[in-house]
Amino acid sequence: MGYTLMILGLVVLLPLAALVLRASGTGLGGIWSVATDPRVGSALRISFGTSFLAALVSTTFGSVVAWVLSRYDFPGRRLVDAAVDLPFALPTAVAGIALASLYAPNGLIGSMLSRIGIEVAYTPVGILIAMIFIGLPFAVRTVQPLILELDREIEEASATLGASRWHTISRIVLPPLIPAVLTGFALAFARGVGEYGSIIFIAGNLPYVSEIAPLLIVIKLSEFDYAGAAAIASIMLVISFATLLLINLIQAWSRRRFGHV
Amino acid sequence: MSRLASAAQGSRGSRASRTLLGLACFLALAAAATGPASADTAILNVSYDPTRELYKDINAAFSQEWKEKTGEAVTVRASHGGSGAQARTVIDGIPADVVTLGIPSDIDAIARLTKKIDANWRSKLPNDSLPYTSTVVFLVRKGNPKGIKDWDDLVRSDVKVITPNPKTSAGGRWNFLGAWGYAYEKEGRSAGKANDFVARLYRQVPVLDTGARGSTVSFAQRGLGDVLPAWENEAFLALDEFGKDKFDVVVPPVSIYAEPPVALVDGNADKNGTRKVSEAFLQFLYSDKAQAIFAKHHYRPIKREAASPQDLALLPNIKLFKIEDLQGNWDKIQSANFDNGGLFDQLSKAGH
Repeated sequence: MGYTLMILGLVVLLPLAALVLRASGTGLGGIWSVATDPRVGSALRISFGTSFLAALVSTTFGSVVAWVLSRYDFPGRRLVDAAVDLPFALPTAVAGIALASLYAPNGLIGSMLSRIGIEVAYTPVGILIAMIFIGLPFAVRTVQPLILELDREIEEASATLGASRWHTISRIVLPPLIPAVLTGFALAFARGVGEYGSIIFIAGNLPYVSEIAPLLIVIKLSEFDYAGAAAIASIMLVISFATLLLINLIQAWSRRRFGHV
Repeated sequence: MSRLASAAQGSRGSRASRTLLGLACFLALAAAATGPASADTAILNVSYDPTRELYKDINAAFSQEWKEKTGEAVTVRASHGGSGAQARTVIDGIPADVVTLGIPSDIDAIARLTKKIDANWRSKLPNDSLPYTSTVVFLVRKGNPKGIKDWDDLVRSDVKVITPNPKTSAGGRWNFLGAWGYAYEKEGRSAGKANDFVARLYRQVPVLDTGARGSTVSFAQRGLGDVLPAWENEAFLALDEFGKDKFDVVVPPVSIYAEPPVALVDGNADKNGTRKVSEAFLQFLYSDKAQAIFAKHHYRPIKREAASPQDLALLPNIKLFKIEDLQGNWDKIQSANFDNGGLFDQLSKAGH
């Protein structure tokens, strides 16, 4: 227990403390002026808003993918199952380049979409696509084990007792999955907020339009404004922590409400 | 999240100490890897992005000459990246012996923040510490379908311009200053009109990449935009890399005198005991041999007589203006345009 806490402290808390220390170099007034800068505000809105949307999409589709992979047998299922993890292993820059070349106006998908007037690459939609790509495996992998554990007999019992399929899903199948779905959501959300490598290749990086907060941190650093960069990072840290805490609280509530699994 | 946390709490006792052991091994390995590698003299040149191919040739030529002159072997290691980011690595402590960056303000920043470079470094080497210069030219699609000839064409509503973010890229800053200086001279030296011109230009920019190479890829491989204002050397490199049948280089009648300077990092060279060889390396950049290599890689040599005529033929004599003559010293140029709240920030705020 003691060792574990020490390692946690060394590996996680120490760098975070150093970050906050660096930001405190500007004082609270300095952090406040960074926080109220409209460009920083817009970047934070883009980062957190898009991550939230992306996490919603990831968890919805991720749960469906997890369901299909655990309940259906089809040729190549194992291959698909393994492919789900690929975004974990891919360097994010590679993911960004792959997505950008696919969705660029001269790319495979981008050329089709641009014919009907939809632009994905180099717009905020591009950010969303990149975040879904990297967030999906988290959603799948957190929900999948629980689906495998679900007792089919309970569903059958529910069916024989006259419940419709929809009734069975909403009352029997979903409730025990909800804590895991929320975990998947939290992980996908956190991953999206922190993502840099893949997004800068597919977002246009235009200030006030498609500039994410991590990019603004890099820009501050290239102005040699370490305190400003640390200030944005600290603000992101606080918002992320608050969001994750909220999700954890909802999770605890849902566990009480729907029973522990 | 809490599911993961409870799983992590399961590891205790012997497993934790094994983890600690692993951590210790890892740290020991990391320490060994960063230790001194060889007895030969090695110096580190921290440079900017497009000079990879250039310094490969220069470094080899210098090593050969140093060997002939002194009998000592010397290896010049080069590190490349965005100019600002490279300056930051030196500020953060990379033991660079010399820096060869894309814009004077980046070396000024190292001098100001670390004191490892003398504040009047620019007067220490010939030609304001510029062994070569460059300029901004336009890369356009083959046949120049939009008929782009001059800076004015970049603000036309039917022309999309690809350029990197001037906050993160030295090439992006030269493009920005080039457009500003062009408009300033044309509009009877009116700063207000020049600001408007640059604002209109950046409204035609659909993507702001973080570095010059990123913009080249967006333009050449993703097919974005109609024109890429670029370092002259980068434009020719793109022709060689992506095919002469796909792009043309358009040289505008007037452009900016781009100054990628070099400097000795006194503090590091003294500590590494490499002052003599580092100074010799910088002097070598002014030799006829190095000057010819610059021209071969499409940089503008300061001794034109040393370069081969067919290399020089690609670097036409156009009217070049110096941004310092228009805006004052580099501290002013940097803070008025690119620092927090500077012209670029005001433009992007006003644009939306």
